[in-house]
Amino acid sequence: MSVYNSLDSITEELHKCMKCGNCMAVCPIYKETRQEVGVARGKISLVEYLLSGEIEMTERLADRFSLCTTCMACNTNCPCGVRFDKIILAARAEAVRKKGLHPVKKIAFTALKMQRMFDFGMKTGSLFQGVALKHVPHKSDRIARMRFDIGIGTDKVFPMLASKTLRSEFPEVVKVKNPKMRVAFFTGCMINYFYTDIGKAVVEVLKENDIEVVIPKGQGCCGIPASVNGDVASASALAKRNLRAFEKLGADALVVACSSGGTAWKHVFGELLENDPEFKALADKWAGKSYDISEFLIHKVPFKKQGLGRVDRKVTYHDPCHLNRGQGINKEPREILKSIPGVTLIEMKEPGRCCGMAGSFSLVHPDLSVQISDRKTADIELTHTDTVATGCPACRLQLKSGVENAGIEEEVLHTIQILAESYRAGKNN
Amino acid sequence: MLAREVLQELIQVLGAENVLTEQEDLLTYAYDATAAMKHHKPDVVVSPLSTEQVAEVVKIAVRHNIPIYPRGSGTNLSGGTIPTKGGIVLSMLNLNKILEIDQDNLTATVQPGVIIQALNDEVLKLGLLYPPDPGTVTTATMGGSLSECSGGLRGLKYGVTKHYIMGLQIVLANGEVIRWGGKTVKNVTGYDLVALFTGAEGTLGIVTEIIVKLIPSPEARKSILAVFDDVDKAGKAIASIIRNKIIPATLEIMDNVTIQTVEHFVHAGLPLDAEAVLLIEVDGYKEVVEREAVLVEQILKDEQAVEVKIAKDDKERDLLWLARRSALPALAQKRPTTVLEDATVPRSKIPDMLKAIRRIADKHNLNIATFGHAGDGNLHPTILTDERDQDEMKRVHLAVDEIFQTAISLGGTLSGEHGIGIAKMKYLDWEFGEAGVAALRRIKEALDPNYLLNPGKIVRRD
Ligand SMILES: Cc1cc2nc3c(=O)[nH]c(=O)nc-3n(C[C@H](O)[C@H](O)[C@H](O)COP(=O)(O)OP(=O)(O)OC[C@H]3O[C@@H](n4cnc5c(N)ncnc54)[C@H](O)[C@@H]3O)c2cc1C
Ligand code: SF4
Ligand code: SF4
Ligand code: SF4
Repeated sequence: MSVYNSLDSITEELHKCMKCGNCMAVCPIYKETRQEVGVARGKISLVEYLLSGEIEMTERLADRFSLCTTCMACNTNCPCGVRFDKIILAARAEAVRKKGLHPVKKIAFTALKMQRMFDFGMKTGSLFQGVALKHVPHKSDRIARMRFDIGIGTDKVFPMLASKTLRSEFPEVVKVKNPKMRVAFFTGCMINYFYTDIGKAVVEVLKENDIEVVIPKGQGCCGIPASVNGDVASASALAKRNLRAFEKLGADALVVACSSGGTAWKHVFGELLENDPEFKALADKWAGKSYDISEFLIHKVPFKKQGLGRVDRKVTYHDPCHLNRGQGINKEPREILKSIPGVTLIEMKEPGRCCGMAGSFSLVHPDLSVQISDRKTADIELTHTDTVATGCPACRLQLKSGVENAGIEEEVLHTIQILAESYRAGKNN
Repeated sequence: MLAREVLQELIQVLGAENVLTEQEDLLTYAYDATAAMKHHKPDVVVSPLSTEQVAEVVKIAVRHNIPIYPRGSGTNLSGGTIPTKGGIVLSMLNLNKILEIDQDNLTATVQPGVIIQALNDEVLKLGLLYPPDPGTVTTATMGGSLSECSGGLRGLKYGVTKHYIMGLQIVLANGEVIRWGGKTVKNVTGYDLVALFTGAEGTLGIVTEIIVKLIPSPEARKSILAVFDDVDKAGKAIASIIRNKIIPATLEIMDNVTIQTVEHFVHAGLPLDAEAVLLIEVDGYKEVVEREAVLVEQILKDEQAVEVKIAKDDKERDLLWLARRSALPALAQKRPTTVLEDATVPRSKIPDMLKAIRRIADKHNLNIATFGHAGDGNLHPTILTDERDQDEMKRVHLAVDEIFQTAISLGGTLSGEHGIGIAKMKYLDWEFGEAGVAALRRIKEALDPNYLLNPGKIVRRD
């Protein structure tokens, strides 16, 4: 019985909560609203009332369950070991079973539709963007703002759709001379459609380390935007599609460069497909050989240190929630950054505090998302660095939007881009 | 349900965004951190932004005769914020500004919604300290901890919340605003209402501004762990330290059940067969701390500690305190319901109390772990149980009764720091007698004749 199919699956998890309120100290939403419903304890009590029959699932209740960035900070601070991440997923899945998807998400973010919309955008190219987005001149990032408010505010800065998707720029198998390994690359949506520069850096670094890269054309969205919002059916369909695509080409390992993609391959696919023996076995097999790119380069195939050239950057690193708390990866990216000549790493206050993006959370609660982001931006500004590194394209989007709106000169990059830059610098010398 | 006109009046004063009326919000203010307590849904939750708004809310409540339940972070352990009669929950969390830090007078002036740790983060930058440190420093509010007169780990040397409250602004039950006390160390003008409102659990007035005393932050500190194979020896060691005129900042004890649970949880190197461990910290000037640490070590050895360990550096110190800080979390993970009491006895009676608790646990076949602030006699017998098991819960209640009886018969008190609230109201006459309870009631009725402020707490209406 998984959290996606039944609310009863979390009864024991709920009983663990002693209502001590320790979660209040770390919840990014509660920090802004100071209302009990924002914090884990409040939502846990609502689920309890729901289970005891004191209240019913209503649209208003579903709204309350949308108040969570799923940052997992409460998990870490909970003395009783309550896995609130499980509770919120189960509550949202129940909300969708009873009340359907939230309207904003329905329009823009049903996972399957999202992909179609992006593909459409790619075909019509600048036409789509010209209508909706206004280009913001900027030296390094191709970014834009909403021209008109479609209910998500016009403050958010978006990356421009790439002129070509990442997957169309590479063959399915990128060969190297003496391959020591064959590694599959799961790109994820954001890297495929928007931040192709991250994807190119991943391929570049892997090739530099004599690794053959497989990029299956048949892959799609990881399905996390769907599963965290309770759309279990779409998420399961996507999980199967991805498993099929990767199984077809095969590989010794799989790497991702986005935090939700990593969570999907390592945990979520298996949970979604637990009642489908054939796919469950497949999901488990791939879960065992899935790595975040920084994890892969530190633990699986230690990356080449010779040939690293000088990169003069003062860098601060933001920990993506689902990489740090979700997968326990926080030392690896820092280790990579520290080994690059010329890079100084300066830590910000609370690098692990959520940036407030959380996928569609920022669409449903734009004001809250911006408030949370503003705290992050202020912390970044205090470091007096020139670069923010992070391990997730979604965080990159949010962080970029934050520093841009605050008028701070700061480049926002994925760690792997800085490593690629260093290899490049090594060659030019 | 409140009349529409009441809600309209509240909205007019506070703005719609600060008035919650949907049941999905109201239900999240129906409980607090107290275990095994029935929840009650309020009719409305309001979050004022100023003292004037608080006063207006009180006046509306008076006009319509509606109870008001003040609330900080809702972390109290005595049912103090549960709105048993419905009505208005008054959330103080939006009054969250530090108004002034006065380095010349060593005071800070804060609004009640400031989180304790937030104040300490600010004053620490100036080398100052606000010592009261309940286990909830990172979540509890200044107003809530003032109203419970919270204690914490540093009580032995530094005292508790009431020793740091110098002045208050209070909204009375009729909506009038008064100020009492101030920044002067000496003040004997009129009755000491500052003392009266400290620990009043929101039953006498609503606190809207607090002036607290600050002290210079100690320069150095040193931690010591001592292991005992016998509770009495640990008790004698505690007495001996104090008799030798050393007042540690912290003097904590853990019993065998706690030690076993903690050790399995964090692996801090505690001996599983120990009957008690003491954790001691001395602080102050560097030279003094060095001397006191050596003295304490000698005393502990003289009192037949099986093992004495002085933390050599911050890392070792952190490991020792991790063990203590993990006590409650570790215990809480063993069973779904954790009933945490705070019966308190004179420190010389600690061994008697520990043994009595062990007897009570055996008698009722319960799992009770005890840890706490041995230096100030404040123990936390913690009953590990499951709210769903009705038979066991009956035995839990019997055991709690007996724990309180024992504490009082040893010359102690019902509550050292968690307050009376609903949870301990029925035991009051054991400690005060009928006449004492009647005196309490007369004070309540003098200040709040219609029982509008936090009714159903501390004082029962006849
Ligand atoms: C895990 C855990 C550990 C704890 N450890 C300790 C400890 O070591 N020592 C200790 O002493 N306590 C401890 N406590 C108890 C609790 O943390 C304290 O009592 C705390 O200070 C309460 O603060 P709060 O802001 O949550 O107040 P609340 O719980 O919101 O309120 C407490 C009382 O104050 C009243 N109140 C709140 N604000 C106002 C105001 N502005 N004016 C008038 N009345 C008001 C309320 O009506 C209520 O009666 C612990 C609790 C937990 C859950
Ligand atoms: S910290 Fe954990 S146990 Fe405490 S209220 Fe939050 S979820 Fe519950
Ligand atoms: S996951 Fe993050 S946002 Fe959600 S309740 Fe926990 S701390 Fe708050
Ligand atoms: S975008 Fe990044 S920081 Fe923000 S919620 Fe997601 S993982 Fe956390």
